[in-house]
Amino acid sequence: MSSNKKYWKSVEELNEESSVVETLKQKEFTEEIPVNEFLGDKSSLKSSKTSRRDFLKYVGFSTAAASLAACEGPVINSIPYVVQPERIVPGVANYYASTIADGFDFASVLVKTREGRPIKIENNKLGDVRAAGGARVHASVLSMYDVNRVKRPMIDGRNVAWEEFDKEVGSELENVNGDVVLLTQTFASPSTSKLINEFSGKLGNVRHVVYDTISEDPALDAFESKYGKRALPDYDFAKAETIVSVGADFLADWQGGGHDIGYAESRIPKDGKISRHVQFESNLTITGAKADKRVLAKPSDQKKILVALHGYLVGRNSTSDLSGKIDDAVVKAASQLRKAGSNGIFVTGIPEADAQLLALEINEAIGSKILNSDNPRLIRKGNAREVQQLVKDMNSGSVGAVLIAGVNPAYSLPNASEFVEGLKNVDLSLSFALKHDETAKLCKYVAAIPHYLESWGDVQFTPSKFSLTQPTIRPLFDTRQLQDCLLRWSGNNTSYKDYLKETWSGQLGKGWSKALHDGVFESTSPVSEETTGASAVSLDSGSARRNLSKETEGGNIELSLYTKVSMGDGQQFNNPWLQEMPDPITRTTWDNYVTMSRVDAEKLDIENYTVSNGALNGGYVNIKLGDVSVNNVPVIIQPGQAAGSIGLALGYGKKEAVQEEMRVGVNAFPLYKDFKTFQNVSIEKASGSHEFACVQLQSTMAARDDIIKETTLEEYRNEPKEHWNHMPEVEYNHEEVPVSSDKADIWNAFDRDIGHHFNLSIDLNACTACGACVIACHSENNVPVVGKDEVRKFRDMHWLRIDRYYSSGDTFKEDPKTLEELPAFDTYDVIENPQDENPEVAFQPVMCQHCNHAPCETVCPVAATSHGRQGQNQMIYNRCVGTRYCANNCPYKVRRFNWFNYAENEEFDYNMNNDLGRMVINPDVTVRSRGVMEKCSMCIQMTQKTILDAKREGREVEDGEFQTACSAACDKGAIKFGDINNKDAEIVKLKEDDRSYHLLESLGTQPNVVYQVLIKNTSEA
Amino acid sequence: MLLSVAFFISFSLSIFAQDEASADASGDQQEQAEDSGEPSDDAGASDLGDPDNGKSIFNSQCAACHKPYSDGIGPALNGVTVRHNMEWIHAWIKNSSALIAEGDPDAVAIYEEYNKTAMPPFPGLSDSDINDILAYVEQPKPEPKTVETAGGGEAGASGSGGGVSVNVILGILVFVLVMLLAVLFLVNKTLRNFAEASGVTVPEKTKGKPIWKAFVENQFLLLVTSVVILLGVGYFAYGFLMQVGVDQGYQPIQPIHYSHRIHAGDNEIDCKYCHSSARTSKHSGIPSLNVCMNCHETISEVSPETATEEYSKEFYDGEIAKLYDAVGWEPSERTYSGEEKPVKWVRIHNLPDFAYFNHSQHVSVAGVSCQHCHGPIQEMEVVYQDAPLTMGWCINCHRETNVKMQGNEYYEKIHEELSKKYGVEELTVAQMGGLECAKCHY
Repeated sequence: MSSNKKYWKSVEELNEESSVVETLKQKEFTEEIPVNEFLGDKSSLKSSKTSRRDFLKYVGFSTAAASLAACEGPVINSIPYVVQPERIVPGVANYYASTIADGFDFASVLVKTREGRPIKIENNKLGDVRAAGGARVHASVLSMYDVNRVKRPMIDGRNVAWEEFDKEVGSELENVNGDVVLLTQTFASPSTSKLINEFSGKLGNVRHVVYDTISEDPALDAFESKYGKRALPDYDFAKAETIVSVGADFLADWQGGGHDIGYAESRIPKDGKISRHVQFESNLTITGAKADKRVLAKPSDQKKILVALHGYLVGRNSTSDLSGKIDDAVVKAASQLRKAGSNGIFVTGIPEADAQLLALEINEAIGSKILNSDNPRLIRKGNAREVQQLVKDMNSGSVGAVLIAGVNPAYSLPNASEFVEGLKNVDLSLSFALKHDETAKLCKYVAAIPHYLESWGDVQFTPSKFSLTQPTIRPLFDTRQLQDCLLRWSGNNTSYKDYLKETWSGQLGKGWSKALHDGVFESTSPVSEETTGASAVSLDSGSARRNLSKETEGGNIELSLYTKVSMGDGQQFNNPWLQEMPDPITRTTWDNYVTMSRVDAEKLDIENYTVSNGALNGGYVNIKLGDVSVNNVPVIIQPGQAAGSIGLALGYGKKEAVQEEMRVGVNAFPLYKDFKTFQNVSIEKASGSHEFACVQLQSTMAARDDIIKETTLEEYRNEPKEHWNHMPEVEYNHEEVPVSSDKADIWNAFDRDIGHHFNLSIDLNACTACGACVIACHSENNVPVVGKDEVRKFRDMHWLRIDRYYSSGDTFKEDPKTLEELPAFDTYDVIENPQDENPEVAFQPVMCQHCNHAPCETVCPVAATSHGRQGQNQMIYNRCVGTRYCANNCPYKVRRFNWFNYAENEEFDYNMNNDLGRMVINPDVTVRSRGVMEKCSMCIQMTQKTILDAKREGREVEDGEFQTACSAACDKGAIKFGDINNKDAEIVKLKEDDRSYHLLESLGTQPNVVYQVLIKNTSEA
Repeated sequence: MLLSVAFFISFSLSIFAQDEASADASGDQQEQAEDSGEPSDDAGASDLGDPDNGKSIFNSQCAACHKPYSDGIGPALNGVTVRHNMEWIHAWIKNSSALIAEGDPDAVAIYEEYNKTAMPPFPGLSDSDINDILAYVEQPKPEPKTVETAGGGEAGASGSGGGVSVNVILGILVFVLVMLLAVLFLVNKTLRNFAEASGVTVPEKTKGKPIWKAFVENQFLLLVTSVVILLGVGYFAYGFLMQVGVDQGYQPIQPIHYSHRIHAGDNEIDCKYCHSSARTSKHSGIPSLNVCMNCHETISEVSPETATEEYSKEFYDGEIAKLYDAVGWEPSERTYSGEEKPVKWVRIHNLPDFAYFNHSQHVSVAGVSCQHCHGPIQEMEVVYQDAPLTMGWCINCHRETNVKMQGNEYYEKIHEELSKKYGVEELTVAQMGGLECAKCHY
């Protein structure tokens, strides 16, 4: 039975001898609470002149004085527009379609603006164009309101006006000695390509080098050599029946990301079918976590597996040189792929063009329809060889001018120091910068550019799919976008907006306004592609197989670098929402770290241990790669990490233009040698211990077994519902009755049949823990950022968290037996030691469950939390006096207490502490003050607005109109929201689905949030 | 004691007197107002037609662009019969653009002079109508009366004039009372003297306990008194604390003296013409200045009838000038200078941030009149907060008010179900769930 599977949260729980676990079973805290220390020195307390009575008197007087002083109300001014823009009505939100295209994330979005300022990013449902991490896209609105932005153009660190800037740059460009190099991110913009061509036509000696911070060169090279076009294949995972991945974290940022939407569709059971997903990997990624079968393979093994799989499928080999257990897995994967045929897909993340070529060949061999090579993605254009050539040229002095846009090579190049040296030989160095970052600091000229929400642009996703970027606010600062600068410097006086319109006039004509309104359109490019002049790499499978079979030398451990779903390549490093978003696997905030298997950690004598308040500390290692070393990298012991391998996230450790509180983590880019994510490194233990801020280590699961429910596809199809989704029972008159029955209920039920009654459904199969909902909730509900120290004290304020549970795959069937045979109280102790070598993982988004029998409501002494007829558990901040009884009585730990004023408080110097950052605040939601409890409101401001709109228009509310921030942000369909009193609504079907269950159902809280049982396709056939 | 009674009487009398005086004064004001400003009907020049009829036609059809004695969008019309012959004037009014197209030099000159703004044709006006209008505008400009109208703010001071006679009466009264007192004293003294002389001993008053001592010794009385005092103090303290933050009657001075009385009252402009977002948004919206300019591009001064005793015409015209200054309008050149100075209005109705209120819900959906919460706004010269805006006030209304459901499809189903449940045909907001905390607090 699925519910008896043993879940655990942290490695510590698995250690039988652990004193921590033993102590936690007895007490709430592992160490004595230092009460005396907290109260202070006793002797000095006694000698103090202030007695308790005096103290109370002071408090009384000051309170009285303060309240008297507060009697005078402030004078509040209202300043209306002098001439009100036609479309802005104060209090009504406007939505504009736009596109983020920062070189790493490309997605068409809807921007919600209030009184002319963007406050939230939402998915644009009109087009399926997304190649990005959802969390980063949703958080990008806050990056615009970053106080560290460059506010005006600068020459040699001196603020100047644009006229002077233009004059100086213009004259320098005319007299430049050597090549003019434009070093940029991937724009994927036809108009920009056209413009750069014109610019180089004007100046003559311009070279455009495209640099992707996280290189996709291997895939681009392989695709180019096979299909003759430098692009990335597009995948339609929605139709996939079998997915085999060797080291490809395709639910995160692999090959541009955005594949999770289709994948999730294939994972939701339809007619009793879901896709089968086999993953071979070294780091435990969210992709591996979602896989039906996950096989540990360190990077060097992954190469062998790929070669073997290629042999089985393309070469029709019958044997490989792999060892027994892995070979077995590969053989099975191969046969499943072959069986799936055109509905099968093979992907790999091995950073070698050879490997990518073999992957393309495998897909060709099985005739995969999932891979689309005719309409490939054009969102990565980078060429690492050209970038390296540029660094050489700069050092040799043949480059006269370098104009840098959208990238930060002084931080992110593996050989950044060479670049810095080379930059000194360049006469004209100019950075088009959003921030005064590492590169901008070194450049003579800094051109302040606007954020994408203040800019114009077009983006070409594939040869036929396009989207437009339009400004949603006037530029906040004295900025000018790159394209406008280039236009001006090539003597063209049109604005980029007009230029853009003109470029598209042939294709769109009068359709321009509609395209701008929709944000996306299908067309063909009006501009012939930019030719880079670089020759294509020629590859063939024979030598590819040989190259991949070669053993790589050096080092004592294999490192694989990755990007986090929160931070990506680190462009939004100064974004507190992203910093505080917990990693989906390690549940760690504000850090990057080495993930290491327990075996390796024991060898190096590295520990993770819990300190008195429940927070996690860990040891450090030094990593050495050739003559590069990265020191003092904290280590997290990660279940599911392949022994002999470690993982480390890129994008951290930025120092420039980053506020001090956010200068966290280590910069791993020096280890990104040759733009390869696989490196053989040597590590050694370093002294000291690091303080982590993890959000899900505070307690055990206390043997509660109806939190996560999980079953296999086989059982789901063949067994009755009671078998795999059992309704807990309670005793009534010496009879077992289901907890949902009326007899089990001693409460008077609310009348819930009239009006709207909201329910939220969360499909554990579709959720990939991308975190878009977490950030969307932050942005919609003004959730404060509390900082690393507070998170470490478990005072994080997330209204919505995505819990991660491990379970030991091999004990799936054995667990119940053990439980049945053992005496009830011994099971917890004696249940066999679950293996943490390769656990299975389940993600579970948890927010307030809006219980119809809410335990929190009954204990509030001031009735500050009450129940609404629409099913929402209401939290009234102005009534709350902060007793925290409700949080203590909540079985789901979803209530958050404001220990401090997080807004306008120097101690919490994040976005709510400056005028610019506060512009992102949603005016419809209260900013909570100190001493009150808060929690998920089921976005009542959104449901109320929907109702009001319907009332005003005199119509009924349609199904699908009701949304919460999280359900709207979830493009995977994992979170659905609706009114269950509307009989035709989708949510009714979900609620009545066999898979649906409530969290901790046995408590009888009757939540309004339902979960759908997690189903894994374990069939090996 | 007597003295204090007398004083009280004299005080209250003087209050009445003042009221009377100010009533007199405002009466005067009205009389003055009637004969200032407008062309007076009795002054001659009426051989053209009927100036009364002309006035009404002028006000309905011409006044948007023309004024009798000063230039507006079009020229001042007084003296037009001197400048042009009647035939030409008739042709111009009936179709000015035809005249310009013909190339009539006078017509073209006027067209050029007034920024090539063509006057719309008025084919509907008969010749006698035109004559009536001309009769009206050709009346000589009335001389402003020499009697100064009291400026704003000085109005109250004129009250004392009428009170002189009352004071005299009071003085006499006080004198009489003092005399009485003196007489009584003298009588008393005389009687004592008589008694002394005739050997009658006046019995000495026995010294009893002082009253305060008796009071202190009576424990019951003490208890009752202290309870009464405590209750009294409690009552007032509660009253004081409950009004903290309640700004009922708050009437700040605004940077521009905008009179709702003139706009919403006298001119009956719909509230939602200016506060248009009340229909669609949670904010009623303070109108942006371009909304003011929709009318005030042509209305640069108030009519003399608009002025009150308190606020003169000059005062109001000055306020309109403030508007022009803020919006950057040059009335003489009829152009915008582009220099805008946003107006810092003082917000009167302040709800705390944790209370959500939506105007459109109440205005558009419920059809609640603005006055329901904002009071007699059409009578307010200076707006004040009429309602207490406390939660109790909101809740009471939600308890008592029936939801307007007719003709709104949204309510059909819920009305049917709820009316069955409560057994009533009309449902209050409270029955709809309008008392739930999170309907307003989130």
